[in-house]
Amino acid sequence: MDFLNPVINGFAVVLEPTNLLYCLVGVVIGMLIGVLPGLGPAATIAILLPLTYNVEPVTAIIMLAGIFYGAQYGGTITSVLLRLPGEASSVVTVFDGYQMARQGKAGTALGLASIGSFVGGTAAIIGLTFLAPIVASFALDFGPPEYTALALLGILLVATISSGAKAKALIAAALGLLLATVGRDVFTGESRFTFGSLELADGIDFVPIAMGIFGLGEILYNLEERHRAAKAPSKVANVWPSRKDLKQASGSIGRGSVLGFFLGILPGGGATIASMASYAMEKKRAKQPERFGKGAPEGVAGPEAANNAAATSSFIPLLTLGIPANATMALMFGALLIQGVTPGPQLVEQNPDLFWGVVNSMYIGNILLLIMSLPLVGIFVRILRVRAAILAPVTALITLLGAYTINNSMFDVTLVVVFGIIGYLMKKFGFEPGPLVLAFVLGGLLESSMRRSLLVFGGDPLGFFGRPISATLLVVFVLVAVLPFIRTSIAKRKLPATASAARPDIKEKV
Amino acid sequence: MAAPSGGGAPHAHNDVPGDVLDELTPEQLAAQWEEEKPPAAGALASMASSLVVLGVGIGAIILSVAMGLGTPASPQPGLWPFIISCVMVALGLFQLVLGRHNRDAEKFTRMSLAPLTGLVTLAAMVALMPLIGFEIPALILCIIWMRFLGGETWRSTLLVSVIVVAAFYGIFVLALGTSIPHLF
Repeated sequence: MDFLNPVINGFAVVLEPTNLLYCLVGVVIGMLIGVLPGLGPAATIAILLPLTYNVEPVTAIIMLAGIFYGAQYGGTITSVLLRLPGEASSVVTVFDGYQMARQGKAGTALGLASIGSFVGGTAAIIGLTFLAPIVASFALDFGPPEYTALALLGILLVATISSGAKAKALIAAALGLLLATVGRDVFTGESRFTFGSLELADGIDFVPIAMGIFGLGEILYNLEERHRAAKAPSKVANVWPSRKDLKQASGSIGRGSVLGFFLGILPGGGATIASMASYAMEKKRAKQPERFGKGAPEGVAGPEAANNAAATSSFIPLLTLGIPANATMALMFGALLIQGVTPGPQLVEQNPDLFWGVVNSMYIGNILLLIMSLPLVGIFVRILRVRAAILAPVTALITLLGAYTINNSMFDVTLVVVFGIIGYLMKKFGFEPGPLVLAFVLGGLLESSMRRSLLVFGGDPLGFFGRPISATLLVVFVLVAVLPFIRTSIAKRKLPATASAARPDIKEKV
Repeated sequence: MAAPSGGGAPHAHNDVPGDVLDELTPEQLAAQWEEEKPPAAGALASMASSLVVLGVGIGAIILSVAMGLGTPASPQPGLWPFIISCVMVALGLFQLVLGRHNRDAEKFTRMSLAPLTGLVTLAAMVALMPLIGFEIPALILCIIWMRFLGGETWRSTLLVSVIVVAAFYGIFVLALGTSIPHLF
């Protein structure tokens, strides 16, 4: 069968020793940062971007992807043992996982979570294998107008779905677009916003921005939050769940996998939202919802399956449309661009080794993670003893020295520190850094497709509405932009006196 | 302890005995996390950040107009930045007027001295690296971060700092052979 050939060739790519090694490195780093509260996957990927310069594109993305989904496994361990979610996507696991640990079933909770993660992840890879080529072939006909609309919609969705004030997230996105215009204008060759600086003439590199805003900004921000120190972890025994537990949790794992897969595809969706949605769904479906929060195994297995499925399926928009669905995917996009690969619908056809190599590496990665989180979980529990005070300067130094190695220039290091300050201040003032980085990555694509489309339309902006796909996307764009205002104004008219309900607002660790 | 270790006052409830905490329901737990968050900043901080946004937006508008706008059919380099900065100014105004009571900004507290100190050491490192190599600035940075920002003991601070710098020297200079400025 023609369809399966490239898929099988992809396995040959994965099984090359270098790629296997980088896959292992990626998932181990992912597990580690998942276990250690503080840096999230996006910050880690940003800091490690310089590492990817000297390797093949497929190897680089295999490692970065491993960090991303590995963190979903690792985040569970601290949630269950210490009631400290290592990642935002493991927050709901705390509710029942920690209660299970208190009842002496920490091992069972961890075992169920990793089996759930494994099933969710693997199901999502299979889904990706079949869905991605279809989406890509559909998108092959996309022209500049469609890309304009798609990029606009992607940025808007990521900005509006992120936690915190929507207007602020949109401001961050606008700043990202503005930063993307620095340097030479591709159409006229004139310099923009360079202020006469030679170093800025070619524009700002993606890597210093990502390393500064995600990496250093996060490190500085964490310096302020030392008070949530970890206690000595309890001992973990018997990580193999009994048949009864598995039976009880199997339904929730299945539902979580499907839910997570679809939520992961949506722009702005992703692991955090998927795990919360799955928890809510399991609680609603349960015959005795009062068990939730008191150690219900479904409350651990479902969300863990969902966050892993979502982490995997969020690769679909990136690899098939070239539109990153969340901040971490924006980093992958940047990493691919550095390698001279532009993600988009032609990727499956023109670069099947890369596409299927990355996708199939996830099977291997998930198996490695299952091994690490069942028999080897004790090792990672011990890593919890590494103190944040020691880790912080090490990561800061890696960031600075890594930034130097990109171009062997101090200018990049200075940029990283400057963007570190911006990232820290943005977090302090409630501006999400994710939309900025995403908009920066998409800025070039957005501007050039918009100007190309306007050339085609003879300068008439209404031309975007003359093509069915771009028109639909733009209508959705307008709806997403306007709907919240309509909803709040209706709500205000209905309930003039009600104070706004307190929303448990979980800050996304990037 | 010379370090701003938080003083204890705002987060004193962390010391509640474990078994009381253990009985919390998810809702109570979420509420507790909410409480543990750094204190929210007031309207002034919100206004200040909106004004910064407006400043950047207006500055970008002026520069874009100077670059020339052109028409949609034949745009000059300034048109696209002009559109973005207009959106930015509009959002900034929106934030200034309607978002001033948002409580999503965080107050700068005594704890904020830690990132400030961290920043100063980072800036110092960037300034000194080309002059005297990375080793001494990195060692000083490690010592300050571990001892004063992290509250480690002198013994572990010195031990770990030396190991860390030696490891970086080994990786970046000896193993990878990068051209990072180094003294030795």
